[in-house]
Amino acid sequence: MIDLLLEVRGLRTWLGPEDQPVRAVDGVDLALRHGETYVLVGESGCGKSMIAYSLMRLLPPSGRIVAGEVLLEGRSLLELTEAEMRRERGGSIGMIFQESMTSLNPVMSVGRQVAEAVRLHDPEHAANPRPRVIELFRQVGISDPEHRVNEYPHQLSGGMKQRVMIAIALAGCPKVLIADEPTTALDVTIQAQVLELLRDLQRETGMAILLITHDLGVAAEMADRVGVMYAGQLVETAGVREFFDLPHHPYSCKLCRALPGADKRAQGLDAIPGRVPPLDQAFSHCRFLDRCEARQAVCEGAAPPWRGEAEDGYRCYLAVEQIALGPPAARDEGAAPAKAVAPLLRARGLQVHFPIRKGVLRRVVGQTCAVDGLDIDLWPGRTLALVGESGCGKTTAGKALLQLLRPTGGSVRFDGVDLTRLRGTPLRRLRRQFQIIFQDSASSMNPRMLVEDIVAEGMVAQGIGTSRAARRERVIELLDQVGLSAVALRRYPHEFSGGQRQRIAIARALAVEPRLIVCDEPTSALDVSVQAQVLNLLEHLQDELGLAYLFITHDISVVAYLADEMAVMYLGRIVEQGTAETVLEHPAHPYTRALLAAVPVPDPKHRRTIIRLESDLPSPVAPPSGCHFRERCPWMMPRCHEAYPPMRELASGHRVACWSYEDGE
Amino acid sequence: MMAYIVRRVLYVIPILVGVNLLTFLLFFVVNSPDDMARMHLGVKRVSDQAIAEWKAERGYDKPLVWNAGAEGLDKLTDTIFFDKSVRLFAFDFGQSDSGRNIGHDIAQRMWPSLAIAIPIMLVGLAVNISFSLLLAFFRGTYLDFWGVVLCVAMMSVSGLFYIIGGQVLLGKLLNLFPISGYAPGPDAWRFLVLPVIIGVISGIGSGTRWYRTLFLEEVGKDFVRTARAKGLSERAVLFGHVLRNALIPILTGVVVVIPTLFMGSLLLESFFGIPGLGSYTIDAISRQDFAIVRAMVFLGAVLYVLGLLLTDISYTLVDPRVRLQ
Amino acid sequence: MGFQPVVLATDALIYLLLALAVGFALYARRHEHLRAPWRQVAASRTAMGALVVLVVYVFIGLLDTVHFRPLQGQDAQGRPRYATEVLSLLDLITTPLREHREKTYSAPFATHLYMRETIELPDGRKVRDYPRLKWGGAHLADPADRAADIARRVAAGLVLGLAIWGGALLLAARGRPARFRCLLRAPELAALRSAAWTGLVVALLLGLVLTLAGVWHLLGTDKVGEDVFYQSLKSVRTGLVIGTLTTLVMLPAAVLLGIMAGYFRGWVDDVIQYLYTTLSSVPGVLLIAAAVLMMQIYMNNHQAEFNSLAERADLRLLFLCLILGVTSWTSLCRLLRGETLKLRQLEYVQAAQAFGVRHFTILARHVLPNVMHIVLIVVVLDFSGLVLAEAVLSYINIGVDPNTNSWGNMINSARLELAREPVVWWSLVAAFVFIFMLVLAANLFADVVRDAFDPRLRERT
Repeated sequence: MIDLLLEVRGLRTWLGPEDQPVRAVDGVDLALRHGETYVLVGESGCGKSMIAYSLMRLLPPSGRIVAGEVLLEGRSLLELTEAEMRRERGGSIGMIFQESMTSLNPVMSVGRQVAEAVRLHDPEHAANPRPRVIELFRQVGISDPEHRVNEYPHQLSGGMKQRVMIAIALAGCPKVLIADEPTTALDVTIQAQVLELLRDLQRETGMAILLITHDLGVAAEMADRVGVMYAGQLVETAGVREFFDLPHHPYSCKLCRALPGADKRAQGLDAIPGRVPPLDQAFSHCRFLDRCEARQAVCEGAAPPWRGEAEDGYRCYLAVEQIALGPPAARDEGAAPAKAVAPLLRARGLQVHFPIRKGVLRRVVGQTCAVDGLDIDLWPGRTLALVGESGCGKTTAGKALLQLLRPTGGSVRFDGVDLTRLRGTPLRRLRRQFQIIFQDSASSMNPRMLVEDIVAEGMVAQGIGTSRAARRERVIELLDQVGLSAVALRRYPHEFSGGQRQRIAIARALAVEPRLIVCDEPTSALDVSVQAQVLNLLEHLQDELGLAYLFITHDISVVAYLADEMAVMYLGRIVEQGTAETVLEHPAHPYTRALLAAVPVPDPKHRRTIIRLESDLPSPVAPPSGCHFRERCPWMMPRCHEAYPPMRELASGHRVACWSYEDGE
Repeated sequence: MMAYIVRRVLYVIPILVGVNLLTFLLFFVVNSPDDMARMHLGVKRVSDQAIAEWKAERGYDKPLVWNAGAEGLDKLTDTIFFDKSVRLFAFDFGQSDSGRNIGHDIAQRMWPSLAIAIPIMLVGLAVNISFSLLLAFFRGTYLDFWGVVLCVAMMSVSGLFYIIGGQVLLGKLLNLFPISGYAPGPDAWRFLVLPVIIGVISGIGSGTRWYRTLFLEEVGKDFVRTARAKGLSERAVLFGHVLRNALIPILTGVVVVIPTLFMGSLLLESFFGIPGLGSYTIDAISRQDFAIVRAMVFLGAVLYVLGLLLTDISYTLVDPRVRLQ
Repeated sequence: MGFQPVVLATDALIYLLLALAVGFALYARRHEHLRAPWRQVAASRTAMGALVVLVVYVFIGLLDTVHFRPLQGQDAQGRPRYATEVLSLLDLITTPLREHREKTYSAPFATHLYMRETIELPDGRKVRDYPRLKWGGAHLADPADRAADIARRVAAGLVLGLAIWGGALLLAARGRPARFRCLLRAPELAALRSAAWTGLVVALLLGLVLTLAGVWHLLGTDKVGEDVFYQSLKSVRTGLVIGTLTTLVMLPAAVLLGIMAGYFRGWVDDVIQYLYTTLSSVPGVLLIAAAVLMMQIYMNNHQAEFNSLAERADLRLLFLCLILGVTSWTSLCRLLRGETLKLRQLEYVQAAQAFGVRHFTILARHVLPNVMHIVLIVVVLDFSGLVLAEAVLSYINIGVDPNTNSWGNMINSARLELAREPVVWWSLVAAFVFIFMLVLAANLFADVVRDAFDPRLRERT
């Protein structure tokens, strides 16, 4: 136990009012050794971040540490004076935050922000921090650091900003780096770069990392040890291999099984019913009890004991062999239905250009090509996934297909009718056939309306249902269909959790009996266990109603689980499309390969080779000449400069736009 | 960016045209020059001839917008609209109804106005920022709470009370300063101290409270947390990050009023007998001198639009997010 | 006693405002998103204390809104003849105050006039001295008893006030002691307690007024001998009218234009933006001055069109509200435009579009309800600014009619007397205190309302 670097014992952190505190952290013990990476995983609202803030003593105004000890190399951090603690912050403990967008001061150059930290913690360079700042920038992999130090945060991409954050944290040569969801806001390819950087830095400096994440894939990739948080407590800690080999706690097991992926296509996802209980109560029994499938009579008693070693055990009444989890609900369909003769939706050369106006007279001097020539076919009863990273134009494409945004070119035929030529009442009529579900369930519902009116809105607009009573009956039916009770009718959206709201959104879309639903990242704001519920529901509805889905997402594992066909978008164009199976198994385009390789896999034994992409997504205002991807492509050839590669069919239905396939390799 | 500024400058033109038309409508169409003359000469028992003379003296005897009797271009230019409204664009304000040259008066009177408006602005800024920083530093404590209550109380006091109370207390009872009057040149300061003090005090309540919310807004932002995580002291965070960032809205808020400082302060000047543009305006209103009111409306609009323009420009200068777009 | 009801233009609008307020309250009761913030307001000690003060002002204002002409005998045909003078309920209640006119200035609680006059003594000699007041302290045979009389009446007034307060509390608790105890102790009733304490102050003041105002000039008299306390009470209505009707008249335009500009963008937005930028670029005071001057001309030239002085003064008040509204709608319009710009990007608006819901239905169902809280906040916040503005405008002579009772007019006429030795201070002080109490209460209340409905607005208003 000598080599313990950071030790937390019985930490309790409360937030909010005295009379009904939120027990965000409720008795957590953890230990971190030199050079080790400890990953805290858990769903949102489990108190992961509050542990980090407690260690830094940076709690929000209403937060307070009511019990526990934090020892850094044997010194108690909680007993230090504020002035002493300031030396530790940014000195022996560095911290990086999730929101790199807002975590840097927008009106101060990034170099100065790093220099502030250097001045405080590096006496050697305090007088002239610039060389050290440049060195730090180089260390975190920022190219051209001499110039970048003078830039402002808004001039940097998200990945760059996160690197600057890391540079700030490194300035004090910390012994412990606390990283609070450092890559959650980043695209997968950028996430892969940042994670790699963290690993390299750890190797160089020997610092310990406390990484907080909700992503089991990231945990498997980074961790030496894993700790699973649930409702303010650690429910399991273990070495990373042991954990992913055989998770012990029922929650950990279910969490692993709720992850979507290609291997789960045959079965349904194993969703955890219900949600994390609110933390403003004192628990007298197991916190997972209500959601636990393996519960037994003994679980009803007082809070469960810790089983096993302090650093290698779990919090449960049951021994491993007693924990019996049933098999996940089998997926009730066989294969996807055969393709109908004609596609339901066929887009050809779809373009959405936003004019850029400049100069005194606001003349149009250029176009932002958000969507630039999209060809898509979607058959009834099937799911097409539109995959891409942020800024690739996939959401714009989805809205343009539904004419929520008027395309500037191309055609969209729905059941043979060209939607781009319709306006006014005929288009309004047709709208009942295609609907959309948004990512943010909170902002997709008018907070001032009752659920009943929200679900019935489309029916009223489309003249479905003769009377209010008839519509109400139908709304009750719909709510039942998505797994909500009729009590929901008289409630407001904010009274529901994210997952429940997404169900209401689905019910609202179903109310007009559409044949096509565009799902715009419907689960990316949800926790894994809830995501599984929603994905299962969508799956079920498709089988039952024969809906066609256009599934817009950045999450490859969801695609692998759900999609029949997929199309990969890069900078407004599709670079590869085909059946999901083919594309995932045999990605042809370099971008698809890089994208797939960057996805962290929840299996520590799986060591992937990351295909490193240079720099960030170029601006859609001035895409590179020739192939848009060439600047970042590891296999760039001279001809890539010359022209954009044409779409080429590799196998039946598998098409790719890349010059490397032009010679028919 | 240059194009942006040019565009903003050009946008000023339609606005000033709009203001001009509005004043023209208000002063000449809603009420005819005849009405004005009757108002001045007394409503009853006024001969038509007296009215005609009054109008002729002041150039109100021409047709409104179209002089059918004139030749060529004069059909348009020999009209009230051209004389009284269009000429304003050349800052030709013409004669007041009592026959003085308005442009000359304005040029002379703007200096005393500036002499009290500028110190009020600068001292007020310093005082308000200091107080609000103090409250922001002690946020959540009793000092903060009672500070805000005091601010609200000070905001609730009529501006007239500050002036009259200050005059009576500091001028009359304590006899520290002259109650009113003005002397040009270096002697002016004796007459300026009291109005400046009063001007600053009457602005403390709203100013301090407003800046405090700006500071608290910044305090709650993520980058402040980052700054603390670096190990910066609370003072360094407050001055280095919070004050620095909040200064952007504060300064641009000040820039917008700088041009209007020329207009002076209506109340202070008239109470303290300072011959600035504020008291000029008040006198004109009470004497019902429409020519002056019209001139001041146009001048005020010009200065206001200029303020908006300067605000935009100052944003592009101080805020890197705008500057480096 | 017979009377003929008179409804002046502003009266009608006040009734309309009342109806709207009641309607809004009923609407808010049924909508949780409106009820919740109001509950938060009701739980605030500051807000409830301020509310009691506001209610007192509003009550006085409403009393002064019910106008009528009293019966004055019959004419030759036996038809009832009504007085030309228009009175209000407040006038009726304060009849003694209204009718107790002195010759000129007298200090608060004075027995003698503030100015020497030549008095003829019973023996025929003439002296220059301060004469006794006709009404103030006239019940005393010997002015030397003044202090004792006032002390006696103050004591009686305080007792009366306490009794009123106690009675009100008893009524509120419906005589059950348990409720009293609950009110005293329960922490969740802190806001009610604060209202009760404010109520006590109000009740004590009321008691004092009841016992003292009949025989003394509480706040002295002004130049023409009118009771200053009476003037201050009469000014309440003017202040409230300016503070509320101004926003009421500008509301429809500001709301409609604001959300249309934000929702439709394009040329609609350009036109509306141009409109409000132009209007707001004219300095407010000057625009008001110009408009009021023009109105004066109009009124002077068309005197025949007004039936009575009261009607004329009332129209001028209404016009002032209108013109103040024209200068103040632009900021609300800009706020609403900005908020609507944000709302139209929200996904529920897009979801409605995806359903084929019509634009104006979207505006009415999705946009308007989600900006109403801003409207409410602005209305409440603007109130105090407008009350203060009235005083300044009246001072520059572009405010309400000189015949209308208003705090601004009181200040305006009193400031000329400041040069007098010793100073005639009571009119000024009375007006300032009345303004201060109203504006302070309104400011405190507005702060709580804003924080309850939308704390984000702090930065913008």
